[in-house]
Amino acid sequence: MSELSVNHLLGIKYLKKEDIDLIFETADHFKEVINRPIKKVPSLRDITIANLFFENSTRTRLSFELAEKRLSADVVNFSAASSSVKKGETLIDTVNNILSMKVDMVVMRHPNPGAGVFLSKHVGASIVNAGDGAHEHPTQALLDTYSIRERLGEVKGKKVVIVGDILHSRVALSNIFALQLQGAEVKVCGPKTLLPKYIDKLGITVETNLRKALNWCDVANMLRVQNERMEISYFPSSREYTQLFGVDKKVLDSLDKEIVIMHPGPINRGVEITSDVADSNQAIILDQVQNGVAIRMAVIYLLASKIKR
Amino acid sequence: MSQKLLLSAKEIDIILHRLACQLIENHTHFKDTVLIGVQPRGTFLADRIKQILVNDYTITNVCLGYLDITFYRDDFRRGEKPLEANKTHIDFVVEDKRVVFIDDVLYTGRSIRAALTAVQSFGRPLEIELLTLIDRRFSRHLPIQPNYRGRQVDAINQEKVKVHWVENEGEDAVYLINP
Repeated sequence: MSELSVNHLLGIKYLKKEDIDLIFETADHFKEVINRPIKKVPSLRDITIANLFFENSTRTRLSFELAEKRLSADVVNFSAASSSVKKGETLIDTVNNILSMKVDMVVMRHPNPGAGVFLSKHVGASIVNAGDGAHEHPTQALLDTYSIRERLGEVKGKKVVIVGDILHSRVALSNIFALQLQGAEVKVCGPKTLLPKYIDKLGITVETNLRKALNWCDVANMLRVQNERMEISYFPSSREYTQLFGVDKKVLDSLDKEIVIMHPGPINRGVEITSDVADSNQAIILDQVQNGVAIRMAVIYLLASKIKR
Repeated sequence: MSQKLLLSAKEIDIILHRLACQLIENHTHFKDTVLIGVQPRGTFLADRIKQILVNDYTITNVCLGYLDITFYRDDFRRGEKPLEANKTHIDFVVEDKRVVFIDDVLYTGRSIRAALTAVQSFGRPLEIELLTLIDRRFSRHLPIQPNYRGRQVDAINQEKVKVHWVENEGEDAVYLINP
């Protein structure tokens, strides 16, 4: 396969296994490109991309912008905090105004689940979902599974546990879809209050004992506790959360095998993982960040190749 | 569709030896010279040239790399088929080196134009030369000519020149294909 089956990247659930394979193969090439003395290729010099961030982001936004610039696309940035959205403009109006300035692709982060899908039905540009509420964050799941493939050779047959705040996490949902599509076994682990009620319907297992989960897995993806999304208390204190669901070097060293530690960032050091774990050889957190640029270059390149001239 | 044999295995072998000798004439010890096969089809020819230099002329320090030009092409989003990338493998320094691009067929010159841009990402070479097995004359879109050419071919536009290699197609041969 040399072409994606979709015109937008709205979520992993809309992709086929072959799409992911193509994105990974293309990302391999871009990973080589971004390690050259000159890290830029001219492929997208006639493409304009708007990054619309209706929600705060540092890493994802930087990563997308860098990926776009490495492909020579023209980039415009927009953040909701300093825009007409504050004056009451609707999403479609905002986007159509931007598109009338001849923009070919929109990378959007939005607090409402389904915002990307909605937009793709109403505007004529290619849409990349950079996170929509607690729904999906497809490029994060792609870079996470790409990093697993890089470290362990393949994703198929690997046991991955996603630890922490599953309830508020778009990273968890996209990761579950991406891992399953590539043939990995998935478990989630966290306080019961932070596990969605019907999560087992997705074909994954649930574990509330972190030690058991870590002993079972090859990879542990430690999610951030999303305090900003919690209107109520889901656990008594950060200290208690850390004692039950935090990973420190002592726990890691006491396991039968050497597992891989991942974190989508930003890390609350000392809450989900301690500093010595984050900085250890078992952690691939910075690889994830580097792979993020290559994966986003691949996604944008492949979607751009489907835009009609 | 009809196809005509342009070069046989024997003829290709003679030409490859001649091209290798011409390279030696200009680059003697290959101290500051690097060979770069242009992906996807130039790599077979580049491998062969290196083999001849090493085995028949005992030049052992030949640096050989592969360069993919997909992301530098000027026909992105213009063709029917999407462009597929190949591996770039250059594990040496290009800066201040004498680079020899190697490709099987020189046609419009657009691939070489892309390769000239692509190689700049690795540094500033001292000079760049071009070696091709087949030079389709009268069909150039750009002012690009080879420094070393195997055989010059006159072919009309809808005709195709296809180079077969033992490693890939099971035989060494060059065909002129009329669709």
